[in-house]
Amino acid sequence: MGVAKYIKNEKDEVQDVTLQSGIHIKPIYTKKDLEEIGFDPEKDLAPPGEYPFTRGIHPLGYRSREWTTRQYTGFGTPRETNERFKLMISHGQTGLNVAFDLPTQMGLDSDDPLAEGEVGRVGMAVDSLRDFEVAFQGIPLDRIGAGLTINAVASIMLAMFQATAEKYGFKKDRMNATPQNDILKEMIGRGAWIFPVKPAVRLIGDTIEYSMKELPRTNPVSVCGYHIRESGCSPVQEIAYAFQIANAYIEEVLKRGHHIDDFVRGFTFNLNVFGNLWEQVAKFRAARKLWAINLKERYGAKDNRSLLLRGIFGGGGYGMTKAQPENNIIRGAYYALAAALGGGQTTALCSFDEAYTIPTPRAALLSLRTFQILMEEIGLRDTVDPLAGSYFIETLTKQMEQKIVEEMKKIDEMGGMIKAVETGYVQKEVARQAYEFEKGVQKGELIKVGVNKYTEGEEMEVELHEYRQESVKEQTQRLQEVKRERDNRKVVQLLKDLEIAVRAEKNVMPYLLECCKAYTTVGEMTKVFKEVFGEFKEPSIF
Amino acid sequence: MEKRIRILVAKPGLDGHDRGAKVVAQALRDAGMEVIYTGLHQTVDQIVNTAIQEDVDVIGLSIMSGAHLPICEKLLKEMKKKKIDDIMVVVGGVIPKRDIPKLQKIGIEGIFPGGTPFAESIRWIKEHVKTTIEV
Repeated sequence: MGVAKYIKNEKDEVQDVTLQSGIHIKPIYTKKDLEEIGFDPEKDLAPPGEYPFTRGIHPLGYRSREWTTRQYTGFGTPRETNERFKLMISHGQTGLNVAFDLPTQMGLDSDDPLAEGEVGRVGMAVDSLRDFEVAFQGIPLDRIGAGLTINAVASIMLAMFQATAEKYGFKKDRMNATPQNDILKEMIGRGAWIFPVKPAVRLIGDTIEYSMKELPRTNPVSVCGYHIRESGCSPVQEIAYAFQIANAYIEEVLKRGHHIDDFVRGFTFNLNVFGNLWEQVAKFRAARKLWAINLKERYGAKDNRSLLLRGIFGGGGYGMTKAQPENNIIRGAYYALAAALGGGQTTALCSFDEAYTIPTPRAALLSLRTFQILMEEIGLRDTVDPLAGSYFIETLTKQMEQKIVEEMKKIDEMGGMIKAVETGYVQKEVARQAYEFEKGVQKGELIKVGVNKYTEGEEMEVELHEYRQESVKEQTQRLQEVKRERDNRKVVQLLKDLEIAVRAEKNVMPYLLECCKAYTTVGEMTKVFKEVFGEFKEPSIF
Repeated sequence: MEKRIRILVAKPGLDGHDRGAKVVAQALRDAGMEVIYTGLHQTVDQIVNTAIQEDVDVIGLSIMSGAHLPICEKLLKEMKKKKIDDIMVVVGGVIPKRDIPKLQKIGIEGIFPGGTPFAESIRWIKEHVKTTIEV
């Protein structure tokens, strides 16, 4: 939920405010605060579009380009998902963000016994290229970029997306995909991991290397502080951990002999927006600056385009409540405001009914309208980084910056993020804070409207998305059809080729592409990886 | 002296959202219970086997994906097959209100949707678990 702690006196005046990042907010800020924290307008605040990019990565911000809207979408079969994509686009959505069901995320086909009960439930089911053909039918893939919320099997899904784009006549250098492809955060917070840390990171290296050469408009990684924050960490740690995860992927590619400026432009970030408004805005501004410094000073990036923190700022899932669900519409509007004041390139919002289940079309469209109202009615496109120069915001930005650097140092001292995840340090830290936070809410120290204050009123009924059992049948029937119709001898041979490439530590992407084109299933390709790599074992943190 | 309650906090199925499970595990431990956490991606078979091996009094399932009904049915069936009748099953997570009677009907005794205060679920478990007196 992420609200601040307030201490009041007997007259109900606010005596102290402590943000989740541990920063105390003062009642009044003046020029003196800027002096004390060492704020240097020359060094800290170049014009937007100039190093260190605190004020934004484009000279004209939203004036030159409005943000891309990408509601997280996908359920049931590819056909149902395709209809929803088209509905959202017809209402002005400018990008896609594809939700996959859990079996797909875990590399299991829809007919796998372990998939039972989960096919098409929290996202769309994808078994083979046939499903992507249906899901993206009629979508202009050169114009509409697609975020693919997939991690453990992101390499497979990126290859499948390329096969689909090419099949529909879009050139690979025009297609624009952003697979999430961040396995370390899955191990910290979201849990959709399959393979052990090192081979999993190697696969990410393969996708980055391949995109650098073959898919110039694709962003092969979207590093997600988002889910770590959802799992309990503070906004400071959200950024520190995301950067250290990104650094682990960078080092995987550097050790293959590539130069930082050749590939790091493909990195994007997925960051969260719930919590204290000021803390969020300062977080985004500090993050932009520190990412540029990280690239320049740690890795010697020279190209200005390498230094830009681009990202989707949005979501806010943990801030949403089941109690008084309509309040989430209001929360969403403020979260989107934080994203806009923070200067995000892309946005998405958890819909008001998502504390219950995946959103109805009505709820998803309300989120989209929230963005449109902000940009086209309220004035968020008027000027770049409108809070710049505020005594308060600039002080807070500097404070956040210092704290993020401290947290990053802790991970460095441990030997980097891969070590910190393998030993369970980050997981433990996140779980501890989640518990502290929940205790704060239950004790009433952290206010959550409708949950622990202003709880009066009748419980309301929410219209809920219905899970269609028939989707499962349709999906498994299509899978059987595909297996009957494809050239099975070819599939067997291609899987053998894939296995040889994996064992020889070659870049797997070209092999996956051939497998996808021949309608090899996600489950079949994943099985090859599992046999060679084995599976991740969670470190015990209790 | 009353025996300490042993509880298996389990994450069945493919869902990896474990904030709730880990938070509840810490709360149960602070309430004096012995908590065993399975980790993610557990099959129903694995959960039942761990419960037997660890000799627990309670299995607490944490389910966020919406698949609570099929998973609970499967678990109870497996327990019946293995003739286990001294382990209580409770479930928490994203559980819509309309599913509560359905879960009760198949035999889930304690249901704690997201946001249930720790004190409430802890009290419920302490009241309902069949604790034995240690000699």
